[in-house]
Amino acid sequence: MSKETLDIQSTSGRGYWRSLDDLAQSSEFQARLDREFPREAAELRDPVTRRSFLKLMGASMALSTLAGCQFAIKQPQEVIVPYVRQPEEVIPGRSLFYATSMTVQGYGIGLLAESHEGRPTKVEGNPDHGASLGSSDAWIQASILTMYDPDRSQQVLKAGVASTWADASAALAAAAAGAGAGIRIISEPNASPTLNAAIGALTSKYPGAKWVQYDPISADNASAGAAIAIGAATNVVYSFNKADVVVALDSDFTHSGPTAIRYSRDFAEKRRITTAKPTMSRLYVAEPTPSHTGTMADHRLAVRSADVATLTDAIAAAVGVAGITAPTLDGKTAAWVKSAVADLKANAGKSIVITGETQSAAQHALVLAINNALGNFSKTITFTAPISTASTSATGLKELVAEINAGAVKLLLLSDANILYNTPGDIGVKAALAKVSTVVHHGLYADETSVGAAWHINGAHYLESWGDSRAFDGTAAIQQPLIAPLYDGKTLLEVVAALSGDSTSTGHDLLKAYWKSVAGTQGYAFDKEWQISLHDGTVKNTAAAAVTVAMSGTVNATATPASEGLEIVFRADSSLRDGSAANNGWLQEVPKPITKLVWDNAAQVSPATAKTIGVISGDVVELSYQGRSVKAPVWIVPGQADNTVVVHLGFGRTKAGKVGDGVGFNAYTLRGSDNLWHGNGLVVKKTTETYKLATTQEHTNLEGRDEDIYRTKTLADFLHPEHHEGHKKHEIISLFPEFDYSKGYQWGMQIDLNACNGCNACVVACQAENNIPIVGKEQVLVGREMHWIRIDTYFSGDPESPSIYQIPVACMHCEHAPCEIVCPVAATVHDDEGLNSMVYNRCVGTKYCSNNCPYKVRRFNFFQYVDEETPSLKLQRNPDVTVRVRGVMEKCTYCVQRINEARIDADRENRQITDGQVVSACQQACPSQAIVFGNINDASSRVSQLKALEAKFTMLDPLNNKPRTSYMTRLTNPNPEFSGKTE
Amino acid sequence: MQSSKQLKPPVTETYDSLLAPGQSLNSVTTKISDLILFPVLKTPVGWIVGFVAAGLLLMLYLYSLAALFTYGIGIWGINIPVAWGFDIINFVWWIGIGHAGTLISAILLLFRQDWRTSINRAAEAMTIFAVACAGIYPLIHTGRPWLDYWFLPYPSTLGMWPQFRSPLEWDVFAISTYATVSVLFWFVGLVPDLATLRDRSTSPIAKKLYGLFALGWRGAAKHWQRYEVASLLLAGLSTPLVLSVHSIISFDFAVAQLPGWHVTVFPPYFVAGAVYCGFAMVIVLMIPIRKWFGLEGLITMKHFDVMSKVMLASGMIVTYGYFGEIFYAWYSSSIYEYYLIVNRFTGPYAWSYWALILFNVLIPQALWSKKLRQNLPVLFFVSIAINIGMWFERWVIIVMSLHRDFLPSSWAAYTPTFYDWSTFIGSFGLFFVLFLLFIRFIPMIAIFEVRDLVHKTTAHPAKHEESNHTGA
Repeated sequence: MSKETLDIQSTSGRGYWRSLDDLAQSSEFQARLDREFPREAAELRDPVTRRSFLKLMGASMALSTLAGCQFAIKQPQEVIVPYVRQPEEVIPGRSLFYATSMTVQGYGIGLLAESHEGRPTKVEGNPDHGASLGSSDAWIQASILTMYDPDRSQQVLKAGVASTWADASAALAAAAAGAGAGIRIISEPNASPTLNAAIGALTSKYPGAKWVQYDPISADNASAGAAIAIGAATNVVYSFNKADVVVALDSDFTHSGPTAIRYSRDFAEKRRITTAKPTMSRLYVAEPTPSHTGTMADHRLAVRSADVATLTDAIAAAVGVAGITAPTLDGKTAAWVKSAVADLKANAGKSIVITGETQSAAQHALVLAINNALGNFSKTITFTAPISTASTSATGLKELVAEINAGAVKLLLLSDANILYNTPGDIGVKAALAKVSTVVHHGLYADETSVGAAWHINGAHYLESWGDSRAFDGTAAIQQPLIAPLYDGKTLLEVVAALSGDSTSTGHDLLKAYWKSVAGTQGYAFDKEWQISLHDGTVKNTAAAAVTVAMSGTVNATATPASEGLEIVFRADSSLRDGSAANNGWLQEVPKPITKLVWDNAAQVSPATAKTIGVISGDVVELSYQGRSVKAPVWIVPGQADNTVVVHLGFGRTKAGKVGDGVGFNAYTLRGSDNLWHGNGLVVKKTTETYKLATTQEHTNLEGRDEDIYRTKTLADFLHPEHHEGHKKHEIISLFPEFDYSKGYQWGMQIDLNACNGCNACVVACQAENNIPIVGKEQVLVGREMHWIRIDTYFSGDPESPSIYQIPVACMHCEHAPCEIVCPVAATVHDDEGLNSMVYNRCVGTKYCSNNCPYKVRRFNFFQYVDEETPSLKLQRNPDVTVRVRGVMEKCTYCVQRINEARIDADRENRQITDGQVVSACQQACPSQAIVFGNINDASSRVSQLKALEAKFTMLDPLNNKPRTSYMTRLTNPNPEFSGKTE
Repeated sequence: MQSSKQLKPPVTETYDSLLAPGQSLNSVTTKISDLILFPVLKTPVGWIVGFVAAGLLLMLYLYSLAALFTYGIGIWGINIPVAWGFDIINFVWWIGIGHAGTLISAILLLFRQDWRTSINRAAEAMTIFAVACAGIYPLIHTGRPWLDYWFLPYPSTLGMWPQFRSPLEWDVFAISTYATVSVLFWFVGLVPDLATLRDRSTSPIAKKLYGLFALGWRGAAKHWQRYEVASLLLAGLSTPLVLSVHSIISFDFAVAQLPGWHVTVFPPYFVAGAVYCGFAMVIVLMIPIRKWFGLEGLITMKHFDVMSKVMLASGMIVTYGYFGEIFYAWYSSSIYEYYLIVNRFTGPYAWSYWALILFNVLIPQALWSKKLRQNLPVLFFVSIAINIGMWFERWVIIVMSLHRDFLPSSWAAYTPTFYDWSTFIGSFGLFFVLFLLFIRFIPMIAIFEVRDLVHKTTAHPAKHEESNHTGA
């Protein structure tokens, strides 16, 4: 590599995945960069520069002489070369699925990764894995993009200068030998058996060496609480599919943490109404700001984070937990508690009270005591031996800093632990790091923390490397790579082995050696077991055994004295979570729930609090907390508790990469290590600045159109329709003969509004499946986001405690599609299976179809949004879906490529496509199984049966467009005895 | 030949006649052709200044188009839901302007309205240039303009025809027919005058060029007979176009499902609006031209009076349309229609609706007064107001209907960008460059028709002064 190249790479801290000529910064290269996202967007929003002015003047001259054709976008020429030697099982054009697993906050989630000719293009949940059951979430769906991120660290750096793994591993082994007991490893939590064994080996070789696991959004309070209540570290597993009443005390159990996918599914199971099962569970939620779970509540109460403890005490006292006295509550809260307690008592043994990671360990213990008092143990709540006993909160980090300051640490290995970014402002990590003689950084990105490290070792993505994981229930899963490391990155396992002096063993060697050591079988027998584990994605008989426990610890009331003033509440961002994937454009651009903000976080306040402070959305305020301050734009959130300011973590990165740098503000700097999640004494100072926040939905009032857009009913009304006037039935008449849709496959979709919590899994899954580009904040600001499926959010009722409605909206595939008749070139047409097809090649781009679409689900490529230049991003694309160019309309296709794949399979086997064989990407990802797709001509298909339900409705029914997508009326199950007023 | 200076008529306004007193066959020919037949180097400074200004605007237009083709239509402010913005507003506005020319030249010819003669040539030219300006917008508003030829029904190797149910496809035929017939009609009407210029010009180049386009016109009786038949036929062809073109343009909206677009009254309402706006534009152009070129003798106050009355009448039809829309919103009981009107009255773009009412309904009421009708500054102001008002009408129909439609979740704002404005303002460059070239090289008043009018209106001696129309 030439020196010039290295200079460029080291100055930018990352390499462009380009040829050397490109790196010479030729004007051609620059011109190409200009057309790319997001650089292109930056160029376009610039005022006219002299250079672009001259260029365009030249072009306008050319235009005036009618030579403008050269400005047309040319289709790229491509050469297709067949395999000379066909690899086993690889059939060009057919995807293969491999089981693997991903670690989320320390716990494994089993996945199936789709591979096209050797490159992974998409991940799905593994139906055989308990944490997934075939579903996934936005975070998992977006992880594929992180692997192909051109901003990933691509080489080993020694003090910022390119080096090699051989040099690094030799240096590591030497440094480890020198440091001995002074070795410290900080990493994300990881319950991987092999890694734990490897670190165990290291600490036995160098006694005194320590592994600190730190997760800035850890659920440590939950495990600590269990330890208090049970008397020993215990893993708590909830069975929401057995609970008739759920009380969530500041817990977003359907969205937060590694169990969310499973819990979401279990919970939805209890909420789904069928003819056979006309019952549903009842959900009480008390929380400071609307969460995914909160939007589904039957009785939602907005309370300050600190007051959740008071509420918990009240419930504990009412259900008879010993030693707790009932606090006094205000009327609204008392009514909520009274109703919740009545329901809990009536459903003893069939209920769950759960609190979130944001509440203290003592409160977790108290909540377990409540469940115990209700007799929920071993029924809706089960226990197993702990999966991991390590503390993952900031405590470990604090102790480490003390050790460093005491001079006890010689070698510090930081693995994907961005502690200079994500630690609470009061720990003082930066000063401590400077005191360690050798800091080694290992990770996917050369990030904020890698600056100044003696070594940086580029990490390997989970889809590139061997490893293993343990799920929340203990099930072990093998993490199988789908592709060789793109940049020869290493896993933590390999780095730890190198520290121990083994620099030659690959991750595969280490992994297999570990599993051989625990298997107790050898040779063929082991190989067979190994192959089965690889194939299934789970290792048999590894689920943690259930244990029976009894309350042994003492629990205390947790209420703190009522405090005045403003409370600050920290939350992991719904999509970015802790911010480690901030360079992932899909996660940045997926609209956050409730606020629908993209590319930013905000200081969220309730309407009343905004009034008190004297701000409106978009005003910039200075937040000061415990002597630290940060500037943040305000966003008003209906349904949030008053006197509470909610800030989301995961933003304000400075060295995330081209996408993630400078997005939002860094809320970690405000955080205090004593209470990671909330605290009193926030000072908000209004500034004169304003800031433009981009939201994908500006209007959240249904404007009295509920009947046509979002129908909701109480369960009682639904079961006894005779008490209430039914929805008006519209006589569908047409002047023209109807097309005969009674033959063949007729595709249709049904979305259950009872199950949807707006988690965005479908949005990102659709983006991954259908090669949907991101457009950047500036384009979202002018209303040009590209998502084919979106989650609309509406508020209804009192802005202080509104009902919150979320509804996924994608192309409805209307039988009388209004888009089709207005297209002058027949680029959007109907097929005989009821699909509203979009013929990209034929599209001229009049946008008339979008104007005539009442659902506004069509998306237009106003610019060349798709990056057709960056090689790594090209690899990610789904080869079954056309990549759209500038000037073309696009929209949901019902995943026509999946329909056709199933059709080809069925044709080859001379049979019909069976129900469940075609699964749309959104349906497949949905953790709560809210989306069902299939053949509506087949009366036995799931979708047909759902569509036969009385409570089904189609959106904007009076327009007579006959959409193929229908919705199940949102049903709520409020307590008829409830006297107060909540949602 | 007399010099133009000596011929310059005194600036005394004529109110009751279509010609000022004292016009003779000879004076008409001389007056009009002398406006053109002078050496290029003696072109008046005023014209040059105007031409340079218009040329600069045209360059702005070409610059904007270059940016458009280079970057994509994202340089405009359009978005989802407002996928049509300035592009279609300007398209409808320009094409509406064209309508006055066709109305004057075709319908009024058939109805034998003599007052059309002095203004029809310029009005027709205005039509053609306005249609040119209009026609560009639908071509450039597409995402991939290099594929616009797919709008045309041609036997392609793709085996694809256009989708004939789309109103945009109807536009293709409506506009191309309109442009073709307008150009033909205009050119046929020019032939006798081009022959006059050929005969009168002294420059050999001019003689050649005018001669070429005069198509060998000699003014023979046979020529006149054929000319009369041809122009009657073309007038007959143009007449339905006056009604059909804007009706079809209105279908772009009326056929759609959107509240604010799906209105059955649109065709007549659009036609009236086009006539309204077109006449306003004729007045805006004629008032200064008449002044600068001393044409008070040929374009009299009577012309302005008649045009004002046409404007007043079409304006009242348009006003009826506005009230009609309010009525339907109430009568239909549709929450979407109802909200549309509420949004027009009080929404974020309410100012534009009230501007529309001010410019199109309130200000033109001044035309009821004969005194104000015949006050040229007032008339000029009212006409400008109508042009602005009609632009706002299209803004209200297009942007205000799109920005808040059925699902509140997709409601959004529309803000025009620099390029929206430059593509709009730049199109005036194209219009005025063409118009200035027209008044410099082509008789802006039909010589032979005015002579015919002189002949008819003068209690002249029994004999013709000349037997040949082609020369003095």
